This record gives sequence, structure tokens and C-alpha cells, in this order.
Amino acid sequence: MEKIGRFGQYGGQYVPETVMTAVHELEAAYEKYKNDPQFIEELKTLYRDYAGRPSMLYYAEKMTKDLGGAKIYIKREDLNHTGSHKINNVLGQILLAKKMGKKRIIAETGAGQHGVATATVCALFGLECEVYMGAEDCKRQSLNVFRMNLLGAKVTPVSSGTSTLKDAINEAMRDWVSNIETTFYCIGSVMGPHPYPTMVRDFQKIISQEIKDQLKEREGRLPDCVVACVGGGSNAMGAFYNFIEDKSVRLVGAEAAGRGISTPDTAATMALGSVGIFHGMKSLFLQDEYGQIAPVYSISAGLDYPGVGPEHTYLHDTGRADYVPVTDEEAVCAFEYLSKTEGIIPAIESSHAVAAAMKIAPEMGKDQILVINLSGRGDKDVYSIARYRGVDVVEE
Amino acid sequence: MKNRIDSCFEQLKAKGEKALITFVTAGDPDLETTEKLVLEMFDKGADIIELGVPFSDPIAEGITIQEASLRSLKNGTTLDKIFDTVTSLRQKTDKPLLLMMYINTIFRYGTERFFKGCADRGIDGVIVPDLPFEERDEISDTADKYGIYVINLVAPTSADRVSMIAKESKGFLYVVSSLGVTGTRKDITTDFDKLLAPLKNSDVPYCIGFGISSPEMAEKMSAYADGVIIGSAIVNKVAENGVTSPEIVGKFVSELKAPLR
Repeated sequence: MEKIGRFGQYGGQYVPETVMTAVHELEAAYEKYKNDPQFIEELKTLYRDYAGRPSMLYYAEKMTKDLGGAKIYIKREDLNHTGSHKINNVLGQILLAKKMGKKRIIAETGAGQHGVATATVCALFGLECEVYMGAEDCKRQSLNVFRMNLLGAKVTPVSSGTSTLKDAINEAMRDWVSNIETTFYCIGSVMGPHPYPTMVRDFQKIISQEIKDQLKEREGRLPDCVVACVGGGSNAMGAFYNFIEDKSVRLVGAEAAGRGISTPDTAATMALGSVGIFHGMKSLFLQDEYGQIAPVYSISAGLDYPGVGPEHTYLHDTGRADYVPVTDEEAVCAFEYLSKTEGIIPAIESSHAVAAAMKIAPEMGKDQILVINLSGRGDKDVYSIARYRGVDVVEE
Repeated sequence: MKNRIDSCFEQLKAKGEKALITFVTAGDPDLETTEKLVLEMFDKGADIIELGVPFSDPIAEGITIQEASLRSLKNGTTLDKIFDTVTSLRQKTDKPLLLMMYINTIFRYGTERFFKGCADRGIDGVIVPDLPFEERDEISDTADKYGIYVINLVAPTSADRVSMIAKESKGFLYVVSSLGVTGTRKDITTDFDKLLAPLKNSDVPYCIGFGISSPEMAEKMSAYADGVIIGSAIVNKVAENGVTSPEIVGKFVSELKAPLR
């Protein structure tokens, strides 16, 4: 029997009883508003006037020539307001929260991109906002912490566990259970209990719709390959979704291998994970033989997560999408490469997609088209890349 | 074989007593102490004991049990070692033992293998805070096959879900006292008369847990239910006293049980 909120056997609603009523309430509200013409119109206006959509589809001519294979297009989600694709989802969820009469928004954040987007939209809508962020990530992304504070949000560092994204989600869930009647949990990726994986994907699928329309106008055809980075997997789900039925389009997710998939310092869930149930969903997780969730590592705070969204696991199982591990070193090289070649500084998360594309494009024909979903901009990462390269750029 | 939980509530009813259900995290500070704690608590008046199986990411727990889980995991506690402790305990006690654990621990161990293990070792029931009623199919058939009760939970937000959940409950129904995670609370303000009204004609006993930390609170809460569940207040004493905690915890348990008799 296929249950609701499932992608094959994955997904589900594994949350404490205390939040079940809220999850059902959210499900009902989302079902109601997703087809409501007024809601759709309001969201469309916000996307256009506030987020700056549609985002550009840029032909990376120098990169194409340099790599000598497929024609490379870059989907510029980095040019959205707040600097990443995260705003697409946050505008959708917070507009929904507003309709539901919620007064307080909580969120988790890894790199800080989702936290910044949430703080931004809360400022716009006049809602109270609290963002949970791993203490380690607060250190790695201190600029984003200050940015969220500027926007009026409270940032709560989480020092339990590994002090990263997974622990921030744990703490956000504990807050949610405690304040369920007033608080809306704005989850940042295609993960968590149903309806989040579906709802977040729906708010992100505009990316693949635009790629499709823009490429049709420019090239009169579909791409041959779409590449996106995968942590929880929201930008990838957004970039893949409208191509799933177009079987000629190869879908590639780049996951964070950290120091390599043969080392313990990795976050490559698809390569090394096993099926488990955690954070409200059945999916793949990095875990030990007793189901203890593994401490994971990646240079990228946004991909430093021991699981992956359930729809990705389904696409992986069915072979519809391929997932490739990309190491810190490869991602940093891609970060530098895109900066020098195209004058675009990508987020370290998105650099994983760039690195995967740099391997795939040369193997493709010159008449083929590859699209990189550039999920975010790299300003926030400049310090940590400098640190990685041993350059001291701290201002006195 | 009759489930020990059912026998326990029948005996309590006959004596006109309320149930005292206590919790300790298995392996905190070590499994030898856990065994001593269990025997001491039973001796001093606990009717049912929950053993917490430590999990790396216990999202339903407050700081007290989070830290206890971490201490236990650092000591190398595993489900297999906990099962061995249960085997040892079953030579010495015939009172109901439950495991409180997260669904991933069961799933990863293998549902069939897990419940067979519970039956072989003498576990009577499991409480899985991140497995809501709608997802019970994940384990319910296998648990039934081995005669292990999956204890259902209701919360202050459950409202019209209470009857639905109670109808399919076995052993007892775990009533979560307040919103939020486990941990001691100064006060509990839930309107139990309203929340538990649908249970008036229900056969299944129901016990209140989360936040009860003193004999006074235990007495107050027991007025609404068939028993009370005490976790963090005991785990705090284990944290403070380590291997010497059994005696201190035993004394606390007898104080908690007194007003329930």
C-alpha cells in the first residue's frame, strides 16, 4: 500500500505525537493554498519583485571552450535576493505561515543561507524569527550570523553533538515540540516529515521550469544533463523536478565527499549511507551498525548533513538520477576555477556541482548541453577558502 | 504467555494503588550500575521500569536525558549489551521491563531480529517517541507476533486523536503531560480533565509522564491517571552520583511511591 508522503518506501511522518496535529494542519493548509489563485499570484509577485526571478540562465562560453565538451549553461540562483535558491522556499513557506496565522518562525541553518533567507522574509512580513545554527557553523559562517542579527532574527548556537546542521535540526525540532501552537517550522530542505519534502520541492521546482523555458527559447531544446549539489537536496530537487519525465535529460547530484569517501571525514550519504529513519523521514543516512547517526564532515557547512531528502533516495534507487561524490579539494579548485574563468564566485556548496560538471562536460559532445544549477554565491565562503589555502585575510 | 504489564496493572487495581513507572538511561554511568538501579528501584516500589536505549540524536529529550545518552554512548553501550543486561536482570526480577528508544535503532537492528531479541530476553514493551500512530505499521505486526507491546503516546495537542489512539493501545497509554521535550518542570498546566475525557470508558490504563519531578507532583498527577512516569528527575540523581546512585535513587523512588499507595 502506497501511503501519502512517500517516494517508494521513503519519506513518511516519523515525528512525536505532540507535533502530529501541527503536521496535519500544515498538510491541510498546504493542500488548500497550493491551488489557491490568490496565493499563487502573491507568491509569483514576491518571486518577481522581491527575489528577482526569473534568475538568469547564463551561457558560460569561456568555461565551455576551456573544457572542450558540452555547451555549459549556468542557472544563476546565486543572483536571487539573499544570494541563493533558499529564498524560493522561504517565501512560499512564510507566506503559508502568514495565512495560517502563525506569529513565530523557527528555522535551522547550516551555511547560513537558509537562515538568512528566513530572517529576511520574517523581516519583510514582520514575524518573530529564531534560527538554530551549529556552534561550529556559527564560527565557519560568522558573517551570516551577523547578517541574520541585522535582519532582526535571534540566532541560537547549538553545541550538542557535532555542533553542525544535524544538531541545529534536532534543536529546532525540540523548539517546535515545545511551542507547537504558535510556531511554524520553516525547514530549509526537501527533508523532514511529510509534507515538507513535497512542499519544499514544489517551492523550488520553479528552477527547472525556468531552465526548461529559458533553454527552449535560447536553444530550442532540452538540456542533456543537469548538475546540482546535494546536501538535503532542495536546489537539486528544484533543478531536477521538471526534467524527471524527460528521460533524455541526465540528472546528476554532487554530494560532499569531504576528505574522500574512503576516509571517515565525509558527508557522502548516497555513496556510503544505509536506509534509516531520522529527522521525520525514512531515507539514506550515514550511520553505524546500531543506527547511531555518524558525525559527518565537509568543508561546506551547507552539505555537512548525514542524510538526504527521501525523493532523492528514490531517484537514486530507481536510477533516474546519478549521485557523485566531490571532495573538498575538488570543490575548492572549482570555486577558484569559476571565479577566474567566468568572474562568478560560487558558494562552496555550489562549487561541488561545478566540480562534477568539470568532469562530465569534457566527456560530452560539443552539440550537447549541460546546465549547472549555481545554487548560491560565494561571498560568505571567501574567508574559509582563504583559510583552506593558508592565506591570512582577517582584518584588524 | 500473559504480558507482565497487564498483570502488573491488574494487581495494582486490586490493591487500589497507582503505578510508579521509572526511567533510567541504560549504560549511564555503566550497565552494571543500570542493573543495580533497576533492582533497587523495583525493591523500593517501582512497578514498571523503562530502560532508555541511548541514541546519538534524541530529538524528544531535554538536556538531562540527552547528556545521559551521550555518557552512555561514550562508554560503548550498544543494544546488544543492553539485551545482555536484561537477560541478567530476568534471573532476578519478574517485573515489567520496557525499552524506550528511537525508531532508527529498531529499524537498523532489523525489526524481526529486534522483537525476537525482546521476547528472548524478557522485554515486555517498547516506547518509541518518534513513531506516531500513523506509522505504527513499521513495527506493529512484528511486535504482535512476539507479544511485545508498543506503548502508544498521546499529548496535550492530541485532542480528537485520543480516542482513536486509545482504542488500539495495549499495556498502557503514555500521556505526555505538557508540550515540549522530557525534563523536569516546575508546573504542569494541561487540562487533563478535558484531554483525558475520551478515556473515561476505556479499558487501557493511562499514565502521565514528562516533567514530574517530586512526590508532590506525582501525587497531584496520579489523581488524573492510573500511574505516573518519572524519568529526568531520576536521571539527574544518577548524573550527580554515578556508581553510588542506586541507594540515593532507591530512597527517592520510595518517596515517589508513598503517595501512590
